[in-house]
Amino acid sequence: MKHDDGDVAGLGRPRAVAFALPALAIIGVFLFLPALWTLWLGLTNYRLTGTAAAHPKVVWFDNYRTALTDHEFRGALWRTTLFVIGSALIGQSLFGFSLAWVLQRVRKPIRSVVEFFVLLAWIVPSSVSSFLWFALYDRRNGTLNALLGTKGTAWLIQYPMWSIVVFNTWVGTAFSMLLYRSALGSVPPSQLESARLAGAGPGAQLRDVIFPHIRSHILTNTLLITLWTFNVFTPYLLTGPANRKAEIMAGYIYRTSLRVGELGQGAAISLIMIVINLIIALVYLRVLRERTP
Amino acid sequence: MSASPVAERSTAMSRFDAQPIRHFLGVIGRTVFVAFMLAFFTLPVLWLVFAPFDKTPGLGVSLPEFTIANFRTLFKSSSALSALRNSLILAGGTAALVLVAGSLASYALSRVRIPGRDMLLYVLLLMSSIVTGTAAMVPTFQLVNELHLIDKMLGVVLVIGAGTLPTVIFILKDFMDNIPKSYEESARLFGARPLRILWDVVVPTARSGLAAIAVWAVVQVWGNFLVPYILLRSPDKSPAAVVMYTFYTEGGQPNLRLIAAFALVYSLPVVLVYFFVSRRYGFRFYGGIKR
Amino acid sequence: MLTATAALVAVAAGSASATTPGTSAGTAAGGTAAAPSGEAITISVTTNAISGGKNSAEADFFQNYVIPEFQKAEAAKGKNVTLQYQPNGVDDENYKTKQALDLKSGAGADLIGIDGIWYGEFADAGYIKPLDDIVGADTVKAWSGWAQIQPAVQALTSYNGKLYGIPAGTDGRVIYFNKDIFAKAGLPADWQPKSWDEILAAAKTIKEKVSDVIPLQWNAGSSMGEATTMQGVLPLLAGAGGQVFADGKWLGASQALKDVLGFYATVYGSDKLGDPILQQEAQGRDQSFEQFSKGQIAMLAEGDYFWRSVIEPKAGDFPMANRDTVVGWAKIPAMKPGSGIKGQDFVSMSGGGGYVINPNSKHAQEAWDLMTFLAEPDTIKALLNGAARITARDDVNSEVLSKDPFLSFVAKDVLPITAYRPAFAIYPQVSVALQEATDDILTGKSVDDAAKAYQDKVVQLAGADKVATSG
Repeated sequence: MKHDDGDVAGLGRPRAVAFALPALAIIGVFLFLPALWTLWLGLTNYRLTGTAAAHPKVVWFDNYRTALTDHEFRGALWRTTLFVIGSALIGQSLFGFSLAWVLQRVRKPIRSVVEFFVLLAWIVPSSVSSFLWFALYDRRNGTLNALLGTKGTAWLIQYPMWSIVVFNTWVGTAFSMLLYRSALGSVPPSQLESARLAGAGPGAQLRDVIFPHIRSHILTNTLLITLWTFNVFTPYLLTGPANRKAEIMAGYIYRTSLRVGELGQGAAISLIMIVINLIIALVYLRVLRERTP
Repeated sequence: MSASPVAERSTAMSRFDAQPIRHFLGVIGRTVFVAFMLAFFTLPVLWLVFAPFDKTPGLGVSLPEFTIANFRTLFKSSSALSALRNSLILAGGTAALVLVAGSLASYALSRVRIPGRDMLLYVLLLMSSIVTGTAAMVPTFQLVNELHLIDKMLGVVLVIGAGTLPTVIFILKDFMDNIPKSYEESARLFGARPLRILWDVVVPTARSGLAAIAVWAVVQVWGNFLVPYILLRSPDKSPAAVVMYTFYTEGGQPNLRLIAAFALVYSLPVVLVYFFVSRRYGFRFYGGIKR
Repeated sequence: MLTATAALVAVAAGSASATTPGTSAGTAAGGTAAAPSGEAITISVTTNAISGGKNSAEADFFQNYVIPEFQKAEAAKGKNVTLQYQPNGVDDENYKTKQALDLKSGAGADLIGIDGIWYGEFADAGYIKPLDDIVGADTVKAWSGWAQIQPAVQALTSYNGKLYGIPAGTDGRVIYFNKDIFAKAGLPADWQPKSWDEILAAAKTIKEKVSDVIPLQWNAGSSMGEATTMQGVLPLLAGAGGQVFADGKWLGASQALKDVLGFYATVYGSDKLGDPILQQEAQGRDQSFEQFSKGQIAMLAEGDYFWRSVIEPKAGDFPMANRDTVVGWAKIPAMKPGSGIKGQDFVSMSGGGGYVINPNSKHAQEAWDLMTFLAEPDTIKALLNGAARITARDDVNSEVLSKDPFLSFVAKDVLPITAYRPAFAIYPQVSVALQEATDDILTGKSVDDAAKAYQDKVVQLAGADKVATSG
């Protein structure tokens, strides 16, 4: 980390601020303001309808107390944790990295086809992808049951967490794959070659040459997909609002805020979510700093 | 991946003996892995390929009794075309907004140290997660209402734009950090002004990143239901994401013929955008936040 | 995920837009009305329907019948009114959210279709106002239609004794059964159980004698939303002598509730008379429709909507060509003869919805004109378009129901014993708590645990002093 030597274009601070201003203004008005407002709502008993909509009262930290002692909240948080570990940290990271790693070594046409389908899963609109999986998992006519010979299995109800973990892995692997592809591309071939000449197998190459080189990529990827997965709403479209055994935080907030109409309570839970996100980000920064020489 | 543990164990042997075996196992492993991945990623999509052309689509995948009647019904009886046009306007508007504002901001943040810069980025990134969530829906609605942007495309563009900008800046800044500074130095030596340098030197160098971000932004808008549903009123302004949810019969049963056809029509534009971008610019996220 | 009632009334989705006063006058000119003398006015109406999608017929009805006919009627009064229909056609909860946000911010269509159970919470929030306050008590009283709408039905659009709108229709709930399956099991074609035990006994007989058939599907689980409360929990509760709201208190973990949950436990747990997984599926209700229509379910408790729109031989979602010969119906019995509310032997529940005038409307008088226009016999018959359906009006009912023996049965035999849901603001939340209690049973929890979890939720919603635990 050196000093201001990055300013090669001669921007200067005033002009830099001017450059950043449009973005910051939009963010300030349409992101920051509603966010602050949400924080305020979290201290009230505000509701979408009913008496509390006409005359909301400040209840200070009641919403937080309610949330933290509520088993539904804790259940949703626990499921979200499993969901993040299962679909982001294990599913997407592992699939994404393996794809990037293996696809380096297969012929171009095959690579292009595989990459296309992985990316397709990612760019198809969420309402479509959730419907595709809804059809795939269907108890009576679903393709999955037909393939596996598991007639009559209601995947979303009998294996709710597995269902959404697999779904989200499917949706999100593309990002990790792309990121790791660039990362692997940035490893100098000469270093790999010398490792190979010294007799290192693929495992040793990964451990000794590649991982040290792409560590910051791994951390970036982990941070982004953790945050995204933590807040993702799409599984809710797949499971529907009533499947409590697959309800993760975003769905829980949606149900609390809009379906039940408890906006104050929903806002409070959102803040708790931000704090958790913040902790994740801080841990990530800490790890990054420690490891950076 | 599946090949490596096996291959790794073999390194204990003499590497001259192990080489052909390892190579062989490697090929097998790779083939199995690629086949598995291909199956995993294509299986759910099959429905989208067959069902739209099926006379009587069900939830299962089956070879269709071929027809294009579903599309004819779709385009005749519903607002499918105008919905797609509205989605295009929203997506184009948002992509333009976040690209311009995002690249200006990320360039400035990359090249000039503003105190608290990193903190700012992280705070914004975290904020974006609640505002794009549902709890902030009511404040957002009231704000947009105060600004008289209800039932205006601009309102939706600004709200989704603000929600995506932090991530855009976060990723773009990373790109900017990775651009060799020597280019800009030489441009500056020839007397170019900062905006000119950004446009003529930085943007072309970072174009694959910009393109990837644009696709990402388009995907975000394209699939967003709640924001346009709440903020837009006139049916002729509804984007595809909202219209997709109206294909239910009286009893709330999904109308599979319309949904299948629409899902395909609705997905195609983003796939085409992706194809165009990846052909033209390559499609990659650099990643790796340099510090 | 459609609630039972929404289907009936056309409550639908609306978007509310160009109702701001400034814009409306300008766009209204150029109508086809003959020599309108008054000032040009535009008003709007919204329901949860969209042409080509959900409740399509209703959206078309507004577009093709209401708009021209209403404009003509207003022109005859010397008014130059342009009517706009704002379609929607989405999930009911999303529709409700949008209407609430619109009303809160002073926007919204002039006339809005809403579900009967939303009146309380909208009124408490100040989003809607009594008709008397909006158009004046004299005007309201002067409408000729009230005499045709029974007081019990008027309660649908009332809150705290004040009318907020005109109801659009009502319905009733019964047990449908498949006579073919019954014959195979040796059960009579004119089956009418007199207690819960008789229902369960019939289901057990079918389970023993007929294979590959689900004997009994009784709506449960939060996946079915309000349908679970309406045709699942509440009829049972009424049969056990309980009410969700009585004497100023909400139902707690009372004996009546435990009896209801016990019935569920027998059906879905110990005796496996129904399929608990089906109840949890996202499209579970449609699935139950489909399976009943294919003769795979022997008994199903549903509203008359099921008869009219689902298994209707021609236009139904799951048409049964032989509906009129194969499908039988029975009144829902109390737990034991005489154990129902008011000492009844049989019970039912009814719902419905109606319209409200947006308090922010600049043209309340014209919105009232539209509301009454929609409740006139000719308009209602135009909407029905030859189909039979229980409407809010006695005169229309006696005319259109005579063709359909089942709907006549509902109007004659079921409506007199029916009950309505309380129009209080927290009812929808209590309803969700009831649905979750049945979820607990479906996933294998004990009756006592489910009842206790329910009671905790209601206490949190209403306060401990507003919850009755005994009785």
